[in-house]
Amino acid sequence: MTETTPSPNTGFTRIRVDAFEDVPEQPGARKPDPILVVESLTRRFGGLMAVDVDHLEFQRGAITGLIGPNGAGKTTLFNLLTGFDKPNTGTWSFNGRPMRGLSAHKVAQAGMVRTFQLTKALSRLTVMDNMKLGATGQTGERFFPSLVRSRWRGQEKAIEERAEALLERFNLHHMRDEFAGALSGGQRKLLEMARALMVEPELVMLDEPMAGVNPALAQTIIGHVRDLAADGLSVVFVEHDMDVVRTVSDWVVVMAEGRVIAEGRHASIVTNPEVIDAYLGRHHGTPLDPAEQERQLAEAQAEIEAELEAEERAREQEGA
Amino acid sequence: MSRLLRGAVAGIGLLVVVGTLLWASPAGAQEPGADDPAEQEPGQSQQVSGTLRYKDDSGEDVFVEGLEVTVESADGSFSETVTSDEDGRWAVEVPGPGRYTASIDPDQLPEDVSLRDEDRSALTVTLAEGESRAVLFALQSGEGGRGGSHFFDRAARLSVEGLKFGLIIAICAIGLSLIFGTTGLVNFAHGEMVTWGALVAFFFNVTLGWPMVLSAAIAVVVGAITGLGIDRGLWRPLERRGTGLIAMLVITIGVGILIRYVFLYQFGGFTRTYADYQLQTEGLELGPVTIVPRDLATILISLGVLVAVALALQLTRIGKAMRAVADNRDLAESSGIDVERVVGYVWAAGAGLAALGGVLLGLAEQVDWLMGFRLLLLMFAGVILGGIGTAYGALIGSIVIGLLVQLSTLWVAPELKNVVALLVLIIILIVRPQGILGQAERVG
Amino acid sequence: MDWESIFSNTLESAIGRDAMVFALAAIGLNLHFGYTGLLNFGQAGFMAVGAYGVGITVVEFDAPLWVGVIVGIVGAVGLALLLGLPTLRLRADYLAITTIAAGEILRFIFRAAEFRDFTGGSNGINGFARDFTNANPFNGDFELWLISFSATQMWYLTVGWALVLLSVLLIWLLTRSPWGRVLKAIREDEDAVRALGKNVYAYKMQSLIVGGVIGSLAGMMLAISARSVQPDNYGTPTTFFAYACLILGGAATIWGPVVGSMIFWSIMAFTENLLRQLVENDHIPDSIMSGVQVGQVRFMLMGLGLALLMIFRPQGVFGDRREIALTTR
Repeated sequence: MTETTPSPNTGFTRIRVDAFEDVPEQPGARKPDPILVVESLTRRFGGLMAVDVDHLEFQRGAITGLIGPNGAGKTTLFNLLTGFDKPNTGTWSFNGRPMRGLSAHKVAQAGMVRTFQLTKALSRLTVMDNMKLGATGQTGERFFPSLVRSRWRGQEKAIEERAEALLERFNLHHMRDEFAGALSGGQRKLLEMARALMVEPELVMLDEPMAGVNPALAQTIIGHVRDLAADGLSVVFVEHDMDVVRTVSDWVVVMAEGRVIAEGRHASIVTNPEVIDAYLGRHHGTPLDPAEQERQLAEAQAEIEAELEAEERAREQEGA
Repeated sequence: MSRLLRGAVAGIGLLVVVGTLLWASPAGAQEPGADDPAEQEPGQSQQVSGTLRYKDDSGEDVFVEGLEVTVESADGSFSETVTSDEDGRWAVEVPGPGRYTASIDPDQLPEDVSLRDEDRSALTVTLAEGESRAVLFALQSGEGGRGGSHFFDRAARLSVEGLKFGLIIAICAIGLSLIFGTTGLVNFAHGEMVTWGALVAFFFNVTLGWPMVLSAAIAVVVGAITGLGIDRGLWRPLERRGTGLIAMLVITIGVGILIRYVFLYQFGGFTRTYADYQLQTEGLELGPVTIVPRDLATILISLGVLVAVALALQLTRIGKAMRAVADNRDLAESSGIDVERVVGYVWAAGAGLAALGGVLLGLAEQVDWLMGFRLLLLMFAGVILGGIGTAYGALIGSIVIGLLVQLSTLWVAPELKNVVALLVLIIILIVRPQGILGQAERVG
Repeated sequence: MDWESIFSNTLESAIGRDAMVFALAAIGLNLHFGYTGLLNFGQAGFMAVGAYGVGITVVEFDAPLWVGVIVGIVGAVGLALLLGLPTLRLRADYLAITTIAAGEILRFIFRAAEFRDFTGGSNGINGFARDFTNANPFNGDFELWLISFSATQMWYLTVGWALVLLSVLLIWLLTRSPWGRVLKAIREDEDAVRALGKNVYAYKMQSLIVGGVIGSLAGMMLAISARSVQPDNYGTPTTFFAYACLILGGAATIWGPVVGSMIFWSIMAFTENLLRQLVENDHIPDSIMSGVQVGQVRFMLMGLGLALLMIFRPQGVFGDRREIALTTR
């Protein structure tokens, strides 16, 4: 369990598989080289305990899938870890550095960058400006130097080149001068990922990167996620769909009602009775009683409608 | 678009109604604030002047005659003493620009009059070349300045005043809060609904000479219909058009300015009083406090209305629907509530209550074209203090604000009393933006 | 009907004192609302701080005018910090309520008799513009076609419009830079910007300070040109006017606030002069409108115009609709 990290000279895929070899498949399991360690983290909304995590580690260089039914606290956990929400108790460290109390932008500067469930492409900025915004340490973003173009022109050029390369890789280059609002929903997801990479993070946290995109694009996104890991980045992503989790993640963490109820490789997760109870049972299990079926149907319906509506609203705003 | 045009036509129609209703009112148009002759006096020579007056318990101006005022230059080279005339006016011609001190002897004041602040019996002004200045001694009826020996008597009196004022704010503000809760709209024109109610009642009570109670009832009905009309004619079409909330906020500002100046145009810049219930000195004695019947009625009516509102929100179908929409609009919509209809009711009820609040405010103080706008920030303070969007929060918050405003005059000058309430507003927004009763929003 | 005087007054108003003062105020607001999405309704407070900074420093402390100007600017920075530190984390509509309250608090304090020895109470302050008047290089009246200004007017208009141009230059330099890019991004979605490692709070604060300082210059120019500071000139309606100018010209554009202010005040002058002449020449009977009411009709038109603009053309004359922050987040 305390085995040292294999040399980075060997193939990445092998390292990832090796990394989890001696890790017990149980909640709170220690990882050989964790990049992010969470300790007794809680967040309460009124009477509801939204997050209650005793101990959780994320392995460096690995793709970790975070799954769980609706309301399991996945997004809240993301918000807490990235400084967008404040916990009631608990600590966490990134690369050994304590992160509690850091504001969101400091978390990002530390190398831990997130995306959002509802994409936040800045639709009234061009795709290129979206990308440039991601670059850190820009002289031209400081107040006084910004007034003198010669002080930031060179850096701006370098940033632009880096952005061009990333846009190329994410197949968005032809859209570089369009307003981000003109992109399709899937392209926005890609732009958000590409933009996050402009920050040059060590850990990328993706909140449902595949939600609401067509299957073909989902495959593309999965490919990009794999590429990130191949480049040596660590990835944590939230996902509903078990199939997606299976094809892309090295390790799976399951949450329900705010707690981590299981951890392990995909194969063991799908057979874990607790997971089936808490999560899979509700979707894939034995026949549900009619009332429950009705309720889930209504829930799904509402979700779809809300999504459609949000999309429509977004489209109207651009169109206006 | 055609809906919107129809809305615009309806709006203009409404204004025409406003116009004709107020037409018959004695609106000899006069610039507001031009009623202080001392300040308006033109003249080649320079003078320091003023008017000695105070408000008696019923809010009427009383002028102090025969009081000596001494004006001295800063270097002591000039000094003159004059006596105020029957209108409380006094004026001293001074030799040239410079610093002058005007003073009165508090002991010379009539029995029932005192300085609001005993330290301010001498006031200093600086005159530029050719300039004249008015100075105002802050007088009040009754004994004792700030920090005087009757502190607890005053505190008791101010508490009753504050309770009354707070209840009036609450009645005015429930609509503001519910409209925000159900639609997300911050309505900067809500103060005009308050003024509207007061003016409609004024028209029926003073111009037509109808009884006050009947006039008030009509004002509430007219107010409610106006609210409904504004929702149907303006906000609903705008919402269907997809106008953003910030745009709507700016629109309420524009509409508010428009309505305010229509009021000024028709009503003039005067402050006036209703025909009934004005001179009341005898009243219920409660220890140090005397409550005149008008104030007692105001408090009881407000309490009654607020309890009725609370019961309606709690027990009736439409009341529950309002709370549901305010709580979570999407959820309410998906569970089969006709949100637009509910919002219409909210506007009608909110505007009707605001109109009632306006009438009560007009009775408690006076009626003028700006009364609602002046109250607007206090309403915001109450609503936010209690938790914006919640009906009960608006109620409690407003009462606290009313008490705060009045009780603060125990320590600060009356002209700064609103500052205290506004500071509380800002502090609450910073410390607990969800208000006393509101719940923290979930982020993300 | 004296059409020549109507047009002459209209033209003079387009480049006159109010147009200049509100152009400055609106340029500041443009940085707040147009570029950063901050709904600052306390701009009149910043103007008041500038004006009283000059007035109190010069009259009460016998300091030269330039010291007063510096005090006014420092005061505006101070107000921005005081106001911004706690409030910039609030939602747009809450920010609007807070800033409007702060502006009113300032006005109440400035006009309170309590502080009369410093502020002159409701009478305000006079006699601080001597340094400015003495520096006037113009002598004799200025006349060109329908426009005529006195030497005094020419002097403060020259200085005022020069400040407008400098402010426009500043805004242009700022908004074309990466700094401006961050502001525009914040206007759209500050969480996204935060997630990219930008200190959103600091940017909003810088925006509030710069726009507030430009607002304080507007207040100073109003005070200096009127040679007096009157507390009630710095009330909420002043802020509303500045918004009307900004929205008319087009928020989030470089020249929008300037052109908006010029158009706004020429419309105000035109309607006032036209109505006044109609009333005086009995084309409109006194029973419908008196001379005093003319001024009120202008404000009705202004309110109506602001509402209609926001409904039908929120981007104003120049703006790009997509660039205006119209929804709360």
